[in-house]
Amino acid sequence: MKSITYFPGCTHQTNGRNMESSGKAVLETLGYQLEEMPEWICCGTVFGLSEDDLFHQLAPIRNLARVEKAGDEKLVTMCAMCYNTLGRANLLVRKDEVALEALNRFMDDEPDYHGRVDVVHLTQFLKDEVGLDKISSKVKRPLEGLKVMPYYGCLLLRPEEVSIDSMEDPTIICNILEAVGIKSIKGSHISQCCGSYHTVDKKEAVARRSSEIISSARKKGADMIALACPLCEFNLDDRQRLLSKNGMPVLYFTELLAIAFGLEDSCDFDEHYVDPRPLLREKGLLGGSNGQE
Amino acid sequence: MVLNESDTELRLGICGTRGMELADSELLIRITELSGENLRSCYQCGKCSASCPMTDFMDLFPRDVIKQIIEGKEKVLFSETPWVCASCFSCTARCPNDIDIAGVMEAVRQIRLRGKYDRFHPSRIPLDELEGLPQIALIGCFRKMTG
Amino acid sequence: MGKNKISVYIMGKEHRVPEGLTIMKALEYAGYRLVRGCGCRAGFCGACATIYRKKGDYKLYTALACQTTAESGMYLTQLPFIPANKSEYDIEKIKAGPNTILSIYPEVARCVACNTCTKACPQDIQVMDYIQAVKRGDITRAAELSFNCLQCGLCTARCPSEIKHYHVAQLARRLHGRYLATKSEPLSKRNRELEEGCFENEIDEMIELKPEDLKKRYFEREIKVSE
Repeated sequence: MKSITYFPGCTHQTNGRNMESSGKAVLETLGYQLEEMPEWICCGTVFGLSEDDLFHQLAPIRNLARVEKAGDEKLVTMCAMCYNTLGRANLLVRKDEVALEALNRFMDDEPDYHGRVDVVHLTQFLKDEVGLDKISSKVKRPLEGLKVMPYYGCLLLRPEEVSIDSMEDPTIICNILEAVGIKSIKGSHISQCCGSYHTVDKKEAVARRSSEIISSARKKGADMIALACPLCEFNLDDRQRLLSKNGMPVLYFTELLAIAFGLEDSCDFDEHYVDPRPLLREKGLLGGSNGQE
Repeated sequence: MVLNESDTELRLGICGTRGMELADSELLIRITELSGENLRSCYQCGKCSASCPMTDFMDLFPRDVIKQIIEGKEKVLFSETPWVCASCFSCTARCPNDIDIAGVMEAVRQIRLRGKYDRFHPSRIPLDELEGLPQIALIGCFRKMTG
Repeated sequence: MGKNKISVYIMGKEHRVPEGLTIMKALEYAGYRLVRGCGCRAGFCGACATIYRKKGDYKLYTALACQTTAESGMYLTQLPFIPANKSEYDIEKIKAGPNTILSIYPEVARCVACNTCTKACPQDIQVMDYIQAVKRGDITRAAELSFNCLQCGLCTARCPSEIKHYHVAQLARRLHGRYLATKSEPLSKRNRELEEGCFENEIDEMIELKPEDLKKRYFEREIKVSE
């Protein structure tokens, strides 16, 4: 079992449990053990964009300092927002040594950070380090017949400095899903914002955005959406209760991998507002028919 | 080329102040400091507005916000637009002049937030709703909309 | 009390006080009568929160006045009250869910991990760590880390994100105690027995005993550990 230094993020252990539990199970099957980094703290969710805003870089850099001190060079995360925030903060201090110096001086209670840690998202890890062939080799039940639109959201792809793939025409999640037998559907809205944190103060705006994204998936014949961000998951799944037309199952892509590996027990389908089980059973992809439960 | 006052208004209306030797307004200077962006390279193509997913809820489109900042129109600080912005970076990704428009929106927000203005207060959200929200959403909201 | 005198600066004014006094005694020696910010004088009530600087040092230090020796050149003031109103909630009506504390004190989401609170704590508590635990819904860890909190308020005074740490921690400890901590079976059993009146006769007997007989009984008692 190889060890991966892992950054959980605040949401994946509570409201967004499903991605972590299914992701963990999938990685274990592939031969990787997630080891939480020492004393992780909330990264802050969004990257501070103002030139003089070092205050909001404290949390991400403190995390990276702790990883560096532990002697690790790579930090893997599943949360898209954590990936973006940690990644951009890392790039900022690698470019701007004055900023890094100020941050290190302020955090006099913490070992200095020198920019030696790389921030990696799970999708990149699966494609680059694990390899798609290895993923295919562990498939017990290919998810054929499932028409899935992968929804990338914003922060995995933009801005370019942290993009996991092409900003306009990404294929990375499609490729990963293909490895487990899914033929992805490309909709017009695969990287259009779901409304993000406005789900707190402007939920009608989020409902509208969700509705458009889900419609774009339906239009192309998708019967499920797969994604990689816990906030997108909340906005596209849970917020369907605000829509008059709902019923499109929305899953983390790791849950689909888990089902393909025969590990659906690692998923808690009750956590989803739109229950994906009827669709999955209809396609013969869940328990019973293969004697696998 | 002879420049007189009546020419100035007309030229500002076309495409910002490219090539002109006018002093930058205080607003433009402050926004440039905060965002680190060169707004004067904007040629008002409108790609940002076209890419923005939140324009349905905005009073000014992103392109107009940039224009008003360049023109020094301080009223832009009181527009709804920066508070509707979801920081999705679609505009930033597509700008042909590499302007980080999302960063400019943040600069407008910061000017107001640093002036002891908070756009968001949790007391406006009912308790049972607060309990159901993922922490990630609440943290993002506080970061972008409180000082 | 030492024979030497040192200079301490109380609210900007220099006072000569004997070496070796606590800050609290030094304040009183200097002529201040403490009507607020005093206190159990034993390091337990948290009323005597003090904030100070040292000569030639830019850093801000905090202390409990009754527990800290006054040093030469100390430049101090007391903070006998930090405004931090507690949110209203009914412990019997709320659940110990991952978002409970965040929904009662949503400003906890503003924490930027600057660690100012931990540096301010005179009890050496890892304040930032328990706030982070609250942020991610780990109530038990927050309760455990905040155990020694005296609610002096120094963390709350310094926090740039305007969090009221000690109220948040108290809620975490209350939720943990009420809903998450393992219940002690022997304690629950004994409570039931008491309520059922199993020991009424013994209690009545002891009430009638003379003080000398009660004392004799006390010193001759046998303590047996139950299996």
